Amino acid sequence: MVNMIIDGKNVTARKDTMLLEAIRGAGISVPTLCAHESVSRSGACRLCVVEIKKGNRTRIVTSCLYGVEEGLIVNTKSERVVNVRRLVMELLLARCPESDVLQKMAEDMGIEAQTRYAVDTDKGKCILCRSCVRVCEEVVGVSAIGLFSRGSYKEVGTPYHEPSDACIGCGACVYVCPTGHIEMTSTGETRKIWGRTFKMQACTKCGKYFAPVDQLKFISKKTGTSMDELAVCTECR
Amino acid sequence: MTKPISIAAKTRQIVKKHGNAKSAVIAVLQDLQEAFNYLPKEALKTAAKAMDVPMSRIYEAATFYTAFSLEPRGKHVVKICKGTACHVRGAAILQDRFETTLGIKPGGTTKDGLFSLETVNCVGACALGPVVVINTEYHGQVTISKVDKIIKKINKEEGAQ
Amino acid sequence: MSGNTDKQSHAILDNLTLYYGPKRKFVAICAGTGCRAYGSLKVKDALEAELKKQNMADVDVLATGCLGFCEKGPMMIIHPDKYFYQSVKESDIPEIVEKTIGKGEIISRLLYRHPETQKTLFREEDLPFYKKQLRAVFGKNGMIDPSRIEDYFAIDGYQALAKVLAEMTPEQVISEVKKAGLRGRGGGGFPAAVKWEGVRNAAGEPKYVIANGDEGDPGAYMDRSLMEGNPHSVIEGMIIGAYAVGSNHGYIYVRNEYPLAVENLSKAIEAAKANGLLGKNILGTDFSFDIQINKGAGAFVCGESSALFASIEGRAGEPRAKYVHAVDKGLYDKPTVLNNVETWANVPLIINKGADWFASIGTEGSKGTKIFSLVGKINNTGLVEVPMGTTLYEIIYDMGGGITGGRKFKAVQTGGPSGGCIPESLLDLPVDFDRLYEVGSMMGSGGMIVMDDTSCMVDVARYFLEFLKEESCGKCVPCREGVRRMSEILEDICAGRGREGDIDLLETMSAAIADGSLCALGGSAPNPVLSTIRYFREEYEAHIRDHRCPAGVCKALISYNIDAEKCTGCGVCVKVCATKAITGELKKVHTIDNEKCTRCGACIQSCKFDAIYVK
Repeated sequence: MVNMIIDGKNVTARKDTMLLEAIRGAGISVPTLCAHESVSRSGACRLCVVEIKKGNRTRIVTSCLYGVEEGLIVNTKSERVVNVRRLVMELLLARCPESDVLQKMAEDMGIEAQTRYAVDTDKGKCILCRSCVRVCEEVVGVSAIGLFSRGSYKEVGTPYHEPSDACIGCGACVYVCPTGHIEMTSTGETRKIWGRTFKMQACTKCGKYFAPVDQLKFISKKTGTSMDELAVCTECR
Repeated sequence: MTKPISIAAKTRQIVKKHGNAKSAVIAVLQDLQEAFNYLPKEALKTAAKAMDVPMSRIYEAATFYTAFSLEPRGKHVVKICKGTACHVRGAAILQDRFETTLGIKPGGTTKDGLFSLETVNCVGACALGPVVVINTEYHGQVTISKVDKIIKKINKEEGAQ
Repeated sequence: MSGNTDKQSHAILDNLTLYYGPKRKFVAICAGTGCRAYGSLKVKDALEAELKKQNMADVDVLATGCLGFCEKGPMMIIHPDKYFYQSVKESDIPEIVEKTIGKGEIISRLLYRHPETQKTLFREEDLPFYKKQLRAVFGKNGMIDPSRIEDYFAIDGYQALAKVLAEMTPEQVISEVKKAGLRGRGGGGFPAAVKWEGVRNAAGEPKYVIANGDEGDPGAYMDRSLMEGNPHSVIEGMIIGAYAVGSNHGYIYVRNEYPLAVENLSKAIEAAKANGLLGKNILGTDFSFDIQINKGAGAFVCGESSALFASIEGRAGEPRAKYVHAVDKGLYDKPTVLNNVETWANVPLIINKGADWFASIGTEGSKGTKIFSLVGKINNTGLVEVPMGTTLYEIIYDMGGGITGGRKFKAVQTGGPSGGCIPESLLDLPVDFDRLYEVGSMMGSGGMIVMDDTSCMVDVARYFLEFLKEESCGKCVPCREGVRRMSEILEDICAGRGREGDIDLLETMSAAIADGSLCALGGSAPNPVLSTIRYFREEYEAHIRDHRCPAGVCKALISYNIDAEKCTGCGVCVKVCATKAITGELKKVHTIDNEKCTRCGACIQSCKFDAIYVK
């Protein structure tokens, strides 16, 4: 166990945890956008920053990736921290003016849009948190989508913006996206995502369409389970 | 005269040269860029298969690094140095002149496929600034009239207008 | 020790070393990228042909790397007298061979002429450009043809390595480098030995040793000239470092824009291998080390350590949060030493001449020498190597020969896009890692860009932010979005759309971007803005409040006008104007229509009577 002082409170935490967990465990709230329980941490949004003091040195670090240390003094509300969080929210509001998730978050944090920034109209609701790309790589294992180009031209999608052969239509990316940017439309028999239409499998027991055929084929190949077994929806199993 | 080799075959050759190693993605792309003067889609798809690397990872590298282009480059690639020393010596007005005369912006290629325009950040020939590199030829102390002369000369050589 | 008798490594090397002797007749011609652009290879070919013709084929011609005084290329130094000839043309060759090489006679028109005294100076060391330099690292370029390992042997090349393998333990090597006080030359200024110690003590195999040759700062080309001109110095340094930390695999990451450096490094690696200096059982010991070259692909951010690792690993060059250091988890998550090319080149020097010698040069906090690229509005453009602690004034005026066109100095920009601008009032500042930080700049990799009164400092800040915006990897919000927005505000200011409150906003954004960014690209992006606001606030205010660009640069805020006194009506300007904004009859004063004029500058460049001025 490790002892730290967070916002003046004595806090103990397990050795191999990140500051984010330790701070939240102490009942202090920390905003995040790019951290998701099902994928690795990337430190991309910078919202979870805190100010730490070790000996004489103070630093601003992202609590999602900084491991707890004995004797650390943490301040989650310092002026520097507040300014970074305000900057990040102002920038994201200008990037994705239509995102209600961001607007609500900003409101809760007492942050308003910075009118000096011209708003973008071509970024949709994507904040480039990269959770979708990570879930596709780390959990699903197909890496159908990726991050392309760099800087403000950076975007998420399939290579050449074309329907991807690697995509299995599972929708995990939609599930982890914090702003609802990724479009997935279902008509029962079919599901459309990332420009590709997938045929859905009907449950052999109840007849409900529940998963893309390609997704089940992928699972079958990976686990050796037969398609017959997989063609039964979770409720009927 | 040897039979021209297909894009896929050439790609597999290049991947093999780098030991099919996954970490050689960038080196493979560099060789492909040199071989074809751009990165053909077929080459990238072949490389992904041959290296057992997801297509998205190949495309990630292909679009991140400016050394690569997904569109064919022009026969004469004009690189304007925009290093600080050249900037201070007036590189911006040369870029203007190239853009106006050729009708393209950096990253673009003229319709006749003769010229591609790019900016590059410091080629390390600062004493000659402002510098313009065309393919492998360095032009130093470039002025607007030199820009006009260069474009005229190339057009003449290529029999274009 | 490394399972080797004291004498074995030395003996192997003695067999390879050549001794040329002080009376050797040879000509060094600079064949670095800069001089090649001047046509120096043709001059070299002409020289070789002429020597043969005049029966002097025994005179050696060395196509060397950069010799530093780039302004005066193509240049040659004729040994053993060491005569320095500048701006040599092919047509000068027959005379040079006959008179200087053949008879020792000097051709005065090819000599450097002091701009004030008009005196001609014969030897390199007499030239004001070279006089105050201490070319401990860079000076060797003039003695070697980088494609000949024998030349490197002749200047005690690889003697440091032999000494290390035969006489020193890895810990002793680290201790010697620590005593010398070598700090990284790439920009961070981190003590090299501390890094090495960290890797030596870290858990994890294999360990890696990498040379950062990505030199992305625009205007800086020191590393390029070292890699081109003396690749063995970098290789030898890396082998010694690898021995010290316990690594058997090394990489040199070279910028894509440096093809000659890649070529010369590759050849040098092959030559070193062929002579038992790389590969298995180096110099007969049980220490093995190999080096692979990785080329960059056009991304400035790959100069950042974790982005560099990602690039070698075949990914996009996106940095990682650095709460776990590279010395513990670097390339492929293994302990890695990453040092700049110039840092590595200093290592053989420290071993050969000793830590005490190295530490006797420089200041308290910054030991040794540093190579700077002195460029911009400076008379003597080139690469200078000076002891740390030399003042900016000495570099710019004594060595640099002052401002071109006799104009007024305005600022010197150091540290590239991560650095800042230093005004005239601070010219007495000694070059030192810590002193430069104090004034809001940094040493960076060594780029020194001199600006005069025709440079607009707001435009300079705009330029750097545009650069950083294009080079940002795009991973984190403060840099990807914040630098972009700062860039937009600066574009506005330069275009006359600046608003009251913009300076305050830039300062507020700067603090948060510096604190919030994931890596140093975003982290130091605000520096050019903050330092120009700090020292040139009036210029910002003139742009915002008065819509005026005092330096006459920002196109939207200036107008071109024809001086009726000077205009001869020759009509040259009319021909070059792309928008037909100039009208006038032949031999009568012309006028510019400011509605059509785009301030492209073509007319000013073409006017032979200086009749067009900027308001």
